[in-house]
Amino acid sequence: MIEFKNITKEYYGNTVLKDVSLVVKKGEIHGVVGENGAGKTTLMNILFGMPVIQETGGYEGEMLIDGKKINVKSPKGAMDLGIGMIHQEFMLIPGFNITENVKLNREITHPNLLSRTVSQKMETLNIPPMRKDTREALKEAGLGIDELLPVIGLPVGYKQFIEVAREIDKAGTDNLKLLVFDEPTAVLTESEAEKLLDIIRLLAQKGLAILFISHRLDEVIKVSNRVTILRDGEKIGEKDSKETNIMELAELMVGRKLKKLEIGFKDKSAPMNQSVLKIRNLEVDMPGELVKGIDLDVKKGEILGIGGLAGHGKIGITNGVAGLFPARGEVFYNDIPLPLNNPFTFLQRKIAFLSEDRRGVGLLLMESIDTNIGLTAFYVNSRFSRTHLGIKYLNARELRNWSLKMINELDIRCVGPHQVVMSLSGGNQQKICIARALTMEPELLFVSEPTRGIDVGAKQKILELIVKLNKDMGMTVVLTSSELQELRTISDRIAIVHHGKIVDILEPDTSDVDFGLAMAGIRRVEQ
Amino acid sequence: MKEQIRSLVKTVGIPRLIILSFLLLLLVLALVTGMDVKRLLTDSMVRVGRNGLFVLALLLPLKAGLGLNFGLPVGIICGLIGLVLGLEWRLTGLNYILFASVVGTGLAVIAGYFYGVLLNKTKGQEMMVGTYTGFAMVSLMCIFWLLIPFKNYALIWAIGGKGLRTTLVLPAQTAQFLDNILSFKLVGVGIPTGTFLIFAIFCLFIYVFLRTKVGLSIIAVGANPLFALASGIKENKARMQATLLSTVLAALGIVIFAQSFGFIQLYLAPLMMAFPAIACILIGGATLRKASLIHVIIGTILFHTLLTITLPVVTQAVAITGEAGDITEVLRVIISHGMILYALTRKGGD
Repeated sequence: MIEFKNITKEYYGNTVLKDVSLVVKKGEIHGVVGENGAGKTTLMNILFGMPVIQETGGYEGEMLIDGKKINVKSPKGAMDLGIGMIHQEFMLIPGFNITENVKLNREITHPNLLSRTVSQKMETLNIPPMRKDTREALKEAGLGIDELLPVIGLPVGYKQFIEVAREIDKAGTDNLKLLVFDEPTAVLTESEAEKLLDIIRLLAQKGLAILFISHRLDEVIKVSNRVTILRDGEKIGEKDSKETNIMELAELMVGRKLKKLEIGFKDKSAPMNQSVLKIRNLEVDMPGELVKGIDLDVKKGEILGIGGLAGHGKIGITNGVAGLFPARGEVFYNDIPLPLNNPFTFLQRKIAFLSEDRRGVGLLLMESIDTNIGLTAFYVNSRFSRTHLGIKYLNARELRNWSLKMINELDIRCVGPHQVVMSLSGGNQQKICIARALTMEPELLFVSEPTRGIDVGAKQKILELIVKLNKDMGMTVVLTSSELQELRTISDRIAIVHHGKIVDILEPDTSDVDFGLAMAGIRRVEQ
Repeated sequence: MKEQIRSLVKTVGIPRLIILSFLLLLLVLALVTGMDVKRLLTDSMVRVGRNGLFVLALLLPLKAGLGLNFGLPVGIICGLIGLVLGLEWRLTGLNYILFASVVGTGLAVIAGYFYGVLLNKTKGQEMMVGTYTGFAMVSLMCIFWLLIPFKNYALIWAIGGKGLRTTLVLPAQTAQFLDNILSFKLVGVGIPTGTFLIFAIFCLFIYVFLRTKVGLSIIAVGANPLFALASGIKENKARMQATLLSTVLAALGIVIFAQSFGFIQLYLAPLMMAFPAIACILIGGATLRKASLIHVIIGTILFHTLLTITLPVVTQAVAITGEAGDITEVLRVIISHGMILYALTRKGGD
């Protein structure tokens, strides 16, 4: 049994955790929900004895394991006490194979001459039992891949399950008592997430105490026994999962009445027959998201959804057309060929792309909001430019005014346009990406996973914004998303991708069954 | 008020404030020990103007994510060729400086191109490759200086009559030509106006350049190559442009340096020239991830004032205690290399 008692933590005079207490029993799955900045990460940092906690003056309150007070001084200390964690970001060594990763620092060894004379650390690895253990752990994690594959190049979903396999293996051999899952499903598809939840239940049955942190409220309710809700560093409530529902949790978490995602379908009166974008036989070499020859027409003024399971190539389509990954095939924009593998021309033809990898591709994290919003438009379209003595340079004042306008219109919460975007929250960073795309004055907008890693409150605003751009400004939108609910809420048509090919294009009000079948690669039978 | 002081400290940075207070302390010490403070300050000014362009040359590669340009000697050698050719043909004054600049720039464009190609082929280890490119070029040129068939007796070895001397003296009309333009004395401290003006013009050029498409593409590539790709920017092209300009600035830098110094040093002299410049920009507060024009200017002033003032004062102090000997050169090397080492250990933050 793990107990947090009256934990309080301050960072430089800011209270980030206030008097938080919670108990996780053996065999219990305890959910923790809260918006970004609610204090979830800080709580986990305290549990794991992260150096940042000590460096900023420690914390108040105490933690107990089985009634005994513990003092965690380092992550290693936490592990020795039997606390394990599945990280949001993968803690795997890419160059090592799966077995080596799973057994890292817990290798099975046998002594040899050197180890007997010099040091125990020189013992030889005993590979066969390590492989056996790993294979069993992988099997339990529901992953049927070879245990000697290198981790590098595996799809993200797989990596997550390897992390889980490692913890399963620890549970079998070590004294693991508490396992923390920090947003474990953030990178998984719905079916993979489902699988992960099953495994978590299994682990709980084995007697582990489990802390489950997630943005996805439905998952939290489904998997956990009890749920603790944090808001602004305070514990707002603790609920029995059976007696609560998503609406209540979301409401407690956000602290304001939240209506269900109801943006309403567009009126279908306007005829949408003219194809602005024609994709013919497109193949894209995007690792983990291969596209193997698709034909797709995007109609003027519509929101076209692209859905499907992760790893089947839905993300590859937009990335390929935008020129970020090597692509072959033919693409026509307004009936004029659009050269592939050429991001510059893509942008010049008034098409913009919001990448699913916001921090990796979409932003210059160390630069100001100004620069992020204006750089591409200046580079491609010479917007905000000024010429003196034959030198064309950026007109900083014009850009500043435009940024202020964007900050105002998109309601970006920041100190000012000079702020560095790294310090903004996920939702606000996404808005910067949107502002950057809008600055390109696009007629066609590619949006990829716009709500990934964004909390509930901001999610709805982002989707509303996309609909507004489509309705009010007549922008054609191609929306790629892993969240089917999101696609069905705002798209006019939804293309479902399976194994790199388009299975079918469905109406948003098509039945769940048909969507489910299409995602599994089975085309609906016309009645 | 408290807030304002705090934000000021944050923008200037604690290390720079420490160095500044150290400098002030030294000045007081110099006054107390009866040293010629005006002379010390004049020397500092001259050194700042003399070295400014080298430090400026480091800015663009840093912005482009190429790290510290240890390959500065590549450009310096191009400038040196211009300088010795000018001497061989007995040019003096403005003609000489213009000639050396044009020849140096031309050669630097060619050398910079090949250096850029090399750096694009060795992504991720630019600093190591740069260091060895610089070393290799300097060694190669040692042969060149020996074989070059010059006829001017002022340049070639007196005995044997073949090959250039290690140190060449500039004629009186040429030495300090730029330093002396419009130079004046401010409360007894000499200001090398012409050299300062040149440095200022190039700073302004870089300031504007970083706001042009090419400049911003360099910044984008350095900050996030994938962002750059998604913005239609060609990564290799931007890296090439940064390298090329840096090499050209290094070539011009040695021309400014030589006219102010009054001597041209050949053979192994360019080998270490990148290091003090790198120490400058780092002392100025630049890191591998963040560098700006302000860092260049503050760094050049702090580092070179530090060198010119610390060393005589320390030597004086040491002499008073009875230990004779010149430890200035040793200290200079310790400070500049120590600074580089310190900065390289702090790759992430500031």
